[in-house]
Amino acid sequence: MVPKDCTFTKEHEWVYVEEGMAVIGISDYASGELGDIVYVELPEPGTNVKQMDPIGTIEAVKTVADIFSPVSGEVTEVNEKVIDSPEVINSDPYGEGWFVKVKMEDPVELDALFSYEEYQEFLGEQEPEDSEENDDEEE
Amino acid sequence: MSKKTALYDSHIEQGGRIVEFAGFDMPVTFEGILAEHRRVRSKVGLFDVSHMGEIEVAGDGADEFVEYVVTQKVVKQDDGQIRYTVACNNGGKVLDDLLVYKFSKKRILLVVNAVNTEKIYEHVKELVPEGLEIKNLSDSTAQIAVQGPRSLDLLKSCGISSTVKKDIEELSYYRFISFEHDGSEVILSRTGYTGELGYEIYVKPEMAAGLWKELLEKGRDIGAAPIGLGARDTLRFEPSFCLYGHELDEKTSPLEAGLSWVVKFKKGDYVGREALESERDEGPARKLVGFELGGRGIARQGFEVKQGSRKIGVVTSGTFSPTLEKSLAMAIVSSDIDPENGDFSIDIRGKAVAAGLVELPFYKSRAGD
Repeated sequence: MVPKDCTFTKEHEWVYVEEGMAVIGISDYASGELGDIVYVELPEPGTNVKQMDPIGTIEAVKTVADIFSPVSGEVTEVNEKVIDSPEVINSDPYGEGWFVKVKMEDPVELDALFSYEEYQEFLGEQEPEDSEENDDEEE
Repeated sequence: MSKKTALYDSHIEQGGRIVEFAGFDMPVTFEGILAEHRRVRSKVGLFDVSHMGEIEVAGDGADEFVEYVVTQKVVKQDDGQIRYTVACNNGGKVLDDLLVYKFSKKRILLVVNAVNTEKIYEHVKELVPEGLEIKNLSDSTAQIAVQGPRSLDLLKSCGISSTVKKDIEELSYYRFISFEHDGSEVILSRTGYTGELGYEIYVKPEMAAGLWKELLEKGRDIGAAPIGLGARDTLRFEPSFCLYGHELDEKTSPLEAGLSWVVKFKKGDYVGREALESERDEGPARKLVGFELGGRGIARQGFEVKQGSRKIGVVTSGTFSPTLEKSLAMAIVSSDIDPENGDFSIDIRGKAVAAGLVELPFYKSRAGD
């Protein structure tokens, strides 16, 4: 999956539509922020999910994060690779690091999400919290 | 406003991700916690530990006084020897775990956790008798740890070891040397918090950046790189070294935390002695144990531990062990648990994950080999 062709959520999941199926993963920004991922919990095939529901968790050495579904629908496939080798989420978040495929209920839901460009802008807005420029503002 | 060590600029240059820790801006990782961990176990890693506190006790009777403050024996400690110990309050609970560097019976250096520097300094000042001087040298002392199987090779290749190469080669575990270099005192000890061969170097802050740079440059070919606090934690966890605020705190006695070996009774009175004697006689109410988790997920501090439906304690530290490739946890639990009965579980965010008791340490320290 090429990031430019994906749609993104505020929670840093990407979704790529392939023949009516939504393939879901997390962005390289998210996997970078999380650090080394050691475990992933994903829903079983057949599970029904709603847009922005938490559907699983990612355990990194230092922190835990929820995975939110970018779309509503039925989980049809789970990527065993990320379960056995979660480090692939860090090394290839848009490729081998995909989590699940979901048969979408309503593709219109994608309109509520960010395009690649909008997501980059969104990330740009987040930066000031992490940058050193803030130090000058503190006492 | 957070303090910065003398090596802060280098950490930024090396791409360190900075977090606040004990009032300092410190790097939590550079290349990733797992990679850094594996680097220290197989090659050598460099740690900025300048945030630690250094408190000097000087004068006649320094050794007797320190022996009153800590649970270990100090008067019989050799010059040039280091002892790991705890300092307790009157209730026999841990104020800090620390290292006692004995220069002589008249000069002792206490190396304490960053988070407890002020607390221990105040505590010692309150107890100190006339004639002894207590100095908080933390702000004027930088500390670098060089840890891993190649650590001795790296040290010997650096300028700082030029006059003491043989002494470093022959340095025994938990011993130190002090010498002059470029006009100021350097302390070099064979100590560490990783469970690997390693050394800790104390220098004036003005010398730290140059030494660090040289270690990075000379170390490149042996695979040396800077290591952050994240891997520092996973590295100490595997040999089950205590971390203050996790296995140790003011509600926990050293006897509960598996540290009865640093609590000596064949010595004079000391702070907490009476309470510790009673506890030893009655048997501690809790004990530190290890668990291996059956399912996926990492046990984090504070997670409940159960045997059957009975809550028996809490996790003090947990992580994915990079060396053993398992999810492991240390926990403080009731002393009266039935080890044969099994049926242990740890509550991970509402889910009971099966856990099996395992012996501590998870990984046998090689530091003294």
